[in-house]
Amino acid sequence: MSTVGVVMLVHTALERAAQVVRHWTAAGCPVVLHVDRNVDHRVFTRFRETLADDPLVRFSARHRCEWGTWGIVAASQSASEMMLAEFPGVHHVYLASGSCLPLRPIEELTDYLAARPRTDFIESATTADVPWIVGGLSHERFTLRFPFSWKRHRYLFDRYVELQRKLRFKRRIPQGLVPHMGSQWWCLTRQTLSAILEDPERPAYDAYFRKVWIPDESYFQTLARQYSGNIESRSLTLSKFDFQGKPHIFYDDHLQLLRRSDCFVARKIWPHAERLYQAFLTDPAGAMKRTEPNPGKIDRIFAKAVERRTRGRPGLYMQSRFPGHGSENGITSSLYSVFQGFSELFEDFETWLARTTGARVHGHIFAPEGAEFSEGQSLVNGCLKGSAKMRDYNPESFLTSLIWNTRGERQCFQFGPRDNQAVNWLVARDSNAQISVISGAWAVPLFKSNRNFTELRQEAARLQQIEAEQLKVLRSQWTKARVRIWSMAEFAEAPMEPLQTIIDEIGPLAARHLSEAPKMTDLEGFGQFLQNLKNQGMHPYLMGDFPVEQGSVSKQTPPRKPYLVR
Amino acid sequence: MASPAVPDLPPLGLTGAYKLRWKRRRLLWRSLRARRQLRKAANRTAQIPNDPILCFATVRNEMGRLPFYLEHYRRAGVSHFLFVDNASTDGTAAYLAAQPDVSLWHTGASYRGSRFGVDWLTWLQIRYGHGAWCLTADADEILTYPHADSRSLRDLTRWLDQQGAASFGAMMLDMYPKGALGTQASAPGADPFETLNWFDAGGYTWEYLDKFGQVSIRGGPRKRMFFRDSPDYAPHLHKVPLVRWNRRYAYVSSSHTVLPRHLNAVFDTRLNRPTGVLLHSKFLDEIVGKSAEEKQRRQHFTHTDRYDAYYDALIAGPDLWCENSVRYEGWRQLEQLGLMTRGSWQ
Repeated sequence: MSTVGVVMLVHTALERAAQVVRHWTAAGCPVVLHVDRNVDHRVFTRFRETLADDPLVRFSARHRCEWGTWGIVAASQSASEMMLAEFPGVHHVYLASGSCLPLRPIEELTDYLAARPRTDFIESATTADVPWIVGGLSHERFTLRFPFSWKRHRYLFDRYVELQRKLRFKRRIPQGLVPHMGSQWWCLTRQTLSAILEDPERPAYDAYFRKVWIPDESYFQTLARQYSGNIESRSLTLSKFDFQGKPHIFYDDHLQLLRRSDCFVARKIWPHAERLYQAFLTDPAGAMKRTEPNPGKIDRIFAKAVERRTRGRPGLYMQSRFPGHGSENGITSSLYSVFQGFSELFEDFETWLARTTGARVHGHIFAPEGAEFSEGQSLVNGCLKGSAKMRDYNPESFLTSLIWNTRGERQCFQFGPRDNQAVNWLVARDSNAQISVISGAWAVPLFKSNRNFTELRQEAARLQQIEAEQLKVLRSQWTKARVRIWSMAEFAEAPMEPLQTIIDEIGPLAARHLSEAPKMTDLEGFGQFLQNLKNQGMHPYLMGDFPVEQGSVSKQTPPRKPYLVR
Repeated sequence: MASPAVPDLPPLGLTGAYKLRWKRRRLLWRSLRARRQLRKAANRTAQIPNDPILCFATVRNEMGRLPFYLEHYRRAGVSHFLFVDNASTDGTAAYLAAQPDVSLWHTGASYRGSRFGVDWLTWLQIRYGHGAWCLTADADEILTYPHADSRSLRDLTRWLDQQGAASFGAMMLDMYPKGALGTQASAPGADPFETLNWFDAGGYTWEYLDKFGQVSIRGGPRKRMFFRDSPDYAPHLHKVPLVRWNRRYAYVSSSHTVLPRHLNAVFDTRLNRPTGVLLHSKFLDEIVGKSAEEKQRRQHFTHTDRYDAYYDALIAGPDLWCENSVRYEGWRQLEQLGLMTRGSWQ
């Protein structure tokens, strides 16, 4: 007979439990079963009969087990007592549940424990040190009373806790006990376990823990600290909890993951996970691996899943991330650049930018006529449609979709006061946005156009007002985007330096110095145009000061020889 | 059992809540009356086992899709199918009546008059669905969900039970062929997604609708092709196809919306539920002929005249495919693209 005895608490999926029991006893491990009193008597009798032929199986006295209550501890106590009394050869007692599944050959566990004859494996930490209490009570579970069931009478439970807090009610923790908590699945030596069970103080301890909340996570964990000479504070049973504190369930598709964990036992296993039971219970013992359990591998995968679940992928909007304005994990998924006034001031800005940086350069994607995607496409990745109606139905989602669906490729687009302004706040709040604005450059197309002056004047006033509003947003304290604003006069005076900065920012592909500059449009007469606007009573100010006697800027074409910026 | 996970929805106020309650009662009353339009053709409901997953659908001339539909959902773990046949002429009724796990009712009454078949189905759900997990999926809707290749629908519903969740949401994904509609024949009974294996991976928009506490999804090829000038009329793509039913529940408009309101909170990020995708095989080659017929019958959509142009466009056999379309590869791809999520069902 093996030196490891298994105490198993079962309440559902009894056929699966029976299968696992057979697996343990086949390796010589005695098993004491505790079947929840809530299980129907006939079902219990039938279950008992199926295992009647096995000399290594016993059934302990039955208690009613409800989550978070004393019943589970009482069940472990009765079953452990029976184990120690009936199987004197047992050295270590392993507490398991019906949904626990041994992942490695039992002999490996037996050998592992035989090599550590004095070690108790029980996760046990003081309440101040544990991060895993999710939305529950920590130290208070030892100092308050909990007469109401959390599952069935949540309202009374909460009110009673509040009342006790208000009255500053505190229970006294028995002399000498330091509350510890940990996973309820332990493996204790006969010495420690019998010391706990045969302690003359036990009635007092039991009476105390009976009213502690979730005693199954603290009874043995606390008392083991009293008697054990050698505690390894970890559970040999692999169990995971999701971020809401519910136990994670393993399915067939976790087979490889569980294999790689090298853990001895895992829970909870889905009772219908046929392949898992098949693989772990019927595999031949195989080569002994002699490796330390390594739940770390699984931990990393789970941490990632939880992170993704709670934070989402940056910049991905989908139906299951609603509602959540402001709680986005990043407004967009990757860096992008917004240019305002550049394609007005330079004749070939878009093609030049695409050539220099290798980025995807769109025109005005928020233009009132519809999105001007790069190379005149009407659709981009993700089947995003550029029609004005569809875009303006939800412009913010249009932009975030564009950035998400083209991830991996740097996006640049033009913007201006003629365009739909609905995305201004979104872009300003977005730390992925790099916005470069030449303010007042919207006047250039007006200046070049052949329209009546009254019309021009009205349009200029409108555009100036819109741009002024937008600049206010960009300069607000909530702006997280990288914003650069030049007045048109300032930019036209010395264009190379700002262009170099912008290009450097776009990334490694362009990490070199400019060999050619975009061609600036001819501004001969622009100063006079502005003066005319002024004479008509409009006050164009966003472009800065252009002398009426224009000359200095326009004479610069062909472009100046680029100079190096070191 | 875990505690019931009831989300905090935006408050409706007493009046709002009361109005919805009466709306639900009105719908239930309609369905109660609609039962008289149904004629029993094959009733095998005595075979329904304990704790079943039931599948409900109204069908009309669906011989092309039903064999695959039945096969798919049987494999996924549906225990029994309950169909209403709305005057099919292609042998659908005889085919269904011969299936061992199908119960069938006939009706010649108006599809539109019964709220697009919902009244009939609600009656069947009152009668047979109480307490069971009920899947409501049209013949052209094939449900896929996270881990669909290794876990059954039953695994999903048991997990939902454990979480105290009573409903499961899905997004409809319009699948289309490469090439003009109506040119690529799909063998009757074959997997429709062998020909309809393309979809739009992005370009969807979402809106939170307070009244029913739901997230509305719109987009896809239909919006892109036929509703580009009237995005407001584009079809909604969110659905609540799987519900642990109660005889007091009622679908409001097809399976998009269900009452009571908390059942609609299937996409709520705070609840962390998995969500699925309903692969929509609407655009099989027969769509062209069917559209011509439907345009005449005027049995679909609440505002039929808005959709004349839509039918005309479909009759012309357009090509929905574009170079940014994505080829369907399975549930992992849909999860990767953010069209569905496994939530905390890892």
